[in-house]
Amino acid sequence: MNIHEYQAKEILTEYGIKIAEGGLAFNTEEAVQRAREIDGDTWVVKAQIHSGARGKAGGIKICKTHTEVEEAAEALLGKKLVTHQSGPAGKVCSRLYIEAGSKIAKEMYLCFMIDRSTERVIMIGSAQGGMDIEALAKTNPEAIKKIYIEPAVGLQDFQARKMAFALGLDTTLLNHAVKTIKGCYRALRDLDANTVEINPLVVTENNEIIALDAKMDFDENALFRRRRIAELRDNTQVDSREVAAAEAGLSYVGLDGDIGCMINGAGLAMATMDMTKLAGGEPANFLDVGGGASAERTEKAFRLVLADQGVKAMLVNIFAGINRCDWIAEGVVQAVKNIDMKLPLVVRLSGTNVEEGRRIIADSGLPIITADTLADAAEKVVKARNEVVAQTSEGA
Amino acid sequence: MATLIDEKTRIIVQGFTGKIGTFHAQEMIDYGSNVVGGVTPGKGGQKHLGLPVFNTVKEAVQQVGAEASIVFVPPAFAADSIMEAADAGIKYCVSITDGIPTQDMMTVKSFLRRFSKNERMMLTGPNCSGTISPGRSMLGIMPGHIYIQGNVGVVGRSGTLGYEAADQMRMLGIGISTSVGIGGDPIIGSSHRDVLEKLEQDPETKIALMIGEIGGPQEVEAGKFAKENMSKPLIAYIAGLTAPEGRRMGHAGAIISSAGESAAEKVAILQDLGVTICPTPSLMGATVAKVLSKM
Repeated sequence: MNIHEYQAKEILTEYGIKIAEGGLAFNTEEAVQRAREIDGDTWVVKAQIHSGARGKAGGIKICKTHTEVEEAAEALLGKKLVTHQSGPAGKVCSRLYIEAGSKIAKEMYLCFMIDRSTERVIMIGSAQGGMDIEALAKTNPEAIKKIYIEPAVGLQDFQARKMAFALGLDTTLLNHAVKTIKGCYRALRDLDANTVEINPLVVTENNEIIALDAKMDFDENALFRRRRIAELRDNTQVDSREVAAAEAGLSYVGLDGDIGCMINGAGLAMATMDMTKLAGGEPANFLDVGGGASAERTEKAFRLVLADQGVKAMLVNIFAGINRCDWIAEGVVQAVKNIDMKLPLVVRLSGTNVEEGRRIIADSGLPIITADTLADAAEKVVKARNEVVAQTSEGA
Repeated sequence: MATLIDEKTRIIVQGFTGKIGTFHAQEMIDYGSNVVGGVTPGKGGQKHLGLPVFNTVKEAVQQVGAEASIVFVPPAFAADSIMEAADAGIKYCVSITDGIPTQDMMTVKSFLRRFSKNERMMLTGPNCSGTISPGRSMLGIMPGHIYIQGNVGVVGRSGTLGYEAADQMRMLGIGISTSVGIGGDPIIGSSHRDVLEKLEQDPETKIALMIGEIGGPQEVEAGKFAKENMSKPLIAYIAGLTAPEGRRMGHAGAIISSAGESAAEKVAILQDLGVTICPTPSLMGATVAKVLSKM
């Protein structure tokens, strides 16, 4: 789960990391008010969206007067920002963070994350901050320092010093650097974060180390014991279909195609999407209906898939292990009737009680297209989709 | 004997008396697995499904000679149960539990590293469907009847996609020696590579099928291992050709976050390593049949 920059900064402050003075604003008046409260002659108006690379997308504006702050706030609030990380749909900005402008002497990069391959925490730093770290990794990998931390032992001072030197910090800043680095590690460990990224970490002209930006991502599986973090969730930054799915206990990812999918199991769902694509179609979504798919859950999944107006045909692929094909079939029949579904539906059932499941579908009298194999199902749903598209264009 | 488990392997169920534990323990018993008891702290001394319940894993090891365990304990407490099993001398543990915090798994792995390699418990999962040696023993939640006994070793992240593979093989009359679900989480007990090592050592396994997916470095590591250390042919299918970058596809681990983690990139690397690629998920059985026919 991602959180906003201002939230991450507030958390990191509690771990001894210094930040520039700043405040949150939900409207233009508040933005100007925050600027008035902050001494100085430069303010930075920053769009709070769940995405990096906001600067290039125009989401960060440097202002010299309160009028400029007002104009920047007006321009950003309610606007959709499309960054290279946000996806083509972009993210709507509904909150601003107004921060004192910093006089920067040096920009660095610092990040902590859980490393899957070593199963340890990895600390990544570079003396070249403020830029795209993925790009730096490609063009100049030697400029990136990586230090692995054994979780049972934790981050040691010598490792933090090693990183401070790799960041090219002056020795007068060593103690402060160690405190900052260890603070980030503590925050990651204490709060079940997957990532703590500070880009850039800067040295100001007053010789202070501050986090100019901050990004934190948390483990969804650990939110049960991080209530305070869970409350920071901002659903305006997530696809509304995914929010509805999460509330129904379903795993859904919206995609750009027009073939709706309902599948049990994440791996089978991905494989079915691949088959659909190989058959010439484009999936509209990923949807894992999960293990115990009751009739009620099946109907919820159908409603979710069909809420996407772009869907032209739907595919159900169930491999029943703990599930039973007859239960699934009953759920499908009930969902089609209750929703009064008009679009073509292809159903492929396999596994436990498959004959009974197929019989229920056949006896329902509904125009459901059945398929025996994965390939058969993908071909049939693409064909059905193409027929819908052809009919629509004839009608028009 | 089959690798990891066989009909003699003495199994205990951790989280035995809960609803899920009870259901699957019965399924395993019905399949013929040698379930010898279970552990639920505080319920030691009782009988459940006609088998003894113990307060600790240690007692189960001492009193009924437990060798393998399966964990159905809720996510908040599952890591602790896995470590208890390792400490008590269990040899092989499958954790079915879905939703264990990543940092808890980091602690588990760190705990397991403290044991010397010979004394270290093997763990598969969490968030997996378990392990089955068809006709002998089922230490998992899979539909046992779709697996037939044979010589193909299977390792995969996903449960249902593993069922799909087993079913395609069954239709073609191809049997499985051992099928291992390693789970969909970012940090898991055993990697594809670890399981391939077991399958390579297993005299009953003639070829291996790896069912991978997007995200993480594991499939490529397994491919490298196969090239350098395996005498048996390896076939691989990688799910998620259509998955967009940076989005979590159901499994917490199924997210493309860096170079080399997309399905297309993994397929290209594996091909270079000499792995036979199964081009589509509907051809897993057929690809295995083709490779078998050439042996």
